[in-house]
Amino acid sequence: MGEIDTNRRGVAATRLLPMSSLERADVARLAALARIDMTDEDLDRLSGQLAAIVDSVAKVAEVAGQDVPATSHPIPMSNVHRADEVRPSLAQDAALSGAPEAEDGRFRVPQILGEEA
Amino acid sequence: MKALTYEQAMEQFDPVFGIEVHVELNTATKMFCGCANEFGAEPNTQVCPVCLGLPGAMPVTNEKAVESAIRLGLSLGCEIRESSRFARKNYFYPDLAKDYQISQYDEPTCFEGSLDVVLDDGEVFTVGIERAHMEEDAGKNTHKGGTGGIQGADYSLVDYNRGGVPLVEIVTKPITGAGARTAEVARAYVATIRDIVKALDISDGRMEQGSVRADVNLSLRPKAAAGEDQDAVPFGKRSETKNVNSLRAIERAIHHEASRQAGLLLAGKPVVQETRHWHEDTGSTTPGRSKEEAEDYRYFPEPDLLPVEPSREWVEELRGTLPEHPAKMRARLKEEWGFSDTDMRDAVNADALSLIADTVAAGAAPQSARKWWMGELARTANDREVALAELPVTPADVAELQGLVDAGTINDKLARQALEGVLAGEGSPREVVESRGLEVVSDDSALEAAVDEALAAQPDVLAKIQDGKVQAAGAIVGAVMKATRGQADAGRVREIILQRAGVEG
Repeated sequence: MGEIDTNRRGVAATRLLPMSSLERADVARLAALARIDMTDEDLDRLSGQLAAIVDSVAKVAEVAGQDVPATSHPIPMSNVHRADEVRPSLAQDAALSGAPEAEDGRFRVPQILGEEA
Repeated sequence: MKALTYEQAMEQFDPVFGIEVHVELNTATKMFCGCANEFGAEPNTQVCPVCLGLPGAMPVTNEKAVESAIRLGLSLGCEIRESSRFARKNYFYPDLAKDYQISQYDEPTCFEGSLDVVLDDGEVFTVGIERAHMEEDAGKNTHKGGTGGIQGADYSLVDYNRGGVPLVEIVTKPITGAGARTAEVARAYVATIRDIVKALDISDGRMEQGSVRADVNLSLRPKAAAGEDQDAVPFGKRSETKNVNSLRAIERAIHHEASRQAGLLLAGKPVVQETRHWHEDTGSTTPGRSKEEAEDYRYFPEPDLLPVEPSREWVEELRGTLPEHPAKMRARLKEEWGFSDTDMRDAVNADALSLIADTVAAGAAPQSARKWWMGELARTANDREVALAELPVTPADVAELQGLVDAGTINDKLARQALEGVLAGEGSPREVVESRGLEVVSDDSALEAAVDEALAAQPDVLAKIQDGKVQAAGAIVGAVMKATRGQADAGRVREIILQRAGVEG
């Protein structure tokens, strides 16, 4: 979907490729990666809609000339840091309060299959 | 298919390897929130909306972590990018509450470095560094039910205390030309990284606790024909062995993977590009997920964090704080201390170098400092199964103890008792000597009384001495030492005996 080009001066840019290439298989793959179950009808409908969205966004790349640097933040700010000072954390009860299940002070999650520790 | 030995594999193939080292930083707080970064707390007590990934929580970078990453990068000879940014690495696994890890991707803070690694025989091997970037650690899963492993577990429990702890990941370039010394170079490289992070004081560098963790990539390619350029031969398919967490395991993992891959290749079978799990007990690896299906992390710039743009002044200021390269420091100390190669290597392997250095700085002679740390204290640490630095004794204590020996207040034997007291928490060496009454008896009248008593008890020995058999005095010295519970100065006792017998020593 994108292409990374990095040079040694520390300038990097992510540029979108022309996007008419978004196909049904791409959408199916993204859905699988995002753990979204999609029916065949969903895929047919969404690949058309998503392609239209991506094409519209790609127009921005057409207007931006070489003099416009790629950017990930619209506001020219940088170096917003925090001093390395401890702040109170949540109590264990509070931390676990939103968990569907908990055990021994830990979040309990379903068995993990097909992936590694 | 027959397994080859590492040596056989190295005779037939040219190895190419790479190492990723994760260094856990010792900052007070996490990478993007103010939760404490401390090992061993009750589960889920060092967590907050940011590191639990609760909706609306916003991360803010820890300035100290950025500083540590830059100092590490500079120590690895890296360039420091004028503007770097964070990225989201998306994947689903319950050790990540957010379903993405904040890392760096196309703009790592440190890039293009190189590190000189000194092998045991003094040969220097230069390792190219691709990048060193900042990221956050994940939480800890405990698998329940089944066999306790991930396969067949019924469910998992997650503790997010470690989630969000700052990490620096150091990635080498592909390393070629090490040949049969590949395992040794890999080990020395990780040892050097560990030494550097400890010298920088940005991590405790303890591999056994996971503060320094390594992933080892290895591939084999055919050896170039005589006169041909080895570098012109394309790389083979590589495996990536995850979480190899001791120096010895790094060597073993490379031995195992080289043998395994060579066996496959010679049998005409392909090496699969995949991640593999390391098994410490058997010294072998087993396949994890295969690369092509799992590694689609859909990185994109992290919108919640602003770019890191360290000023050149700050970078130069940090460069000024860098400690000596560990290899150079070792060479210098060896020279200054007059240690043999073996002394030095043993001290390095026992992690005793800085302890000895601090003991010397506190006033002890280098050989005395070495004797304590590598002798009595190394034995105690071994018995208690802790690191030397964890013993409840400081370099200043050791220097004080040796000072008492040098001043003649105690002898070596009493010093060992005093040290025992220090290790038992009874106070400083001086305090233990006082409270246990360990001082050498240097009061002549007390010694004379003890000698007289011993001579009276063994009149035959006295006769022998007077007959000129001076060595017979040893029996009396022994008796006096026993009577004074080892607290007498043996040399002085001997003088008194000879005096009493009317014989000149």
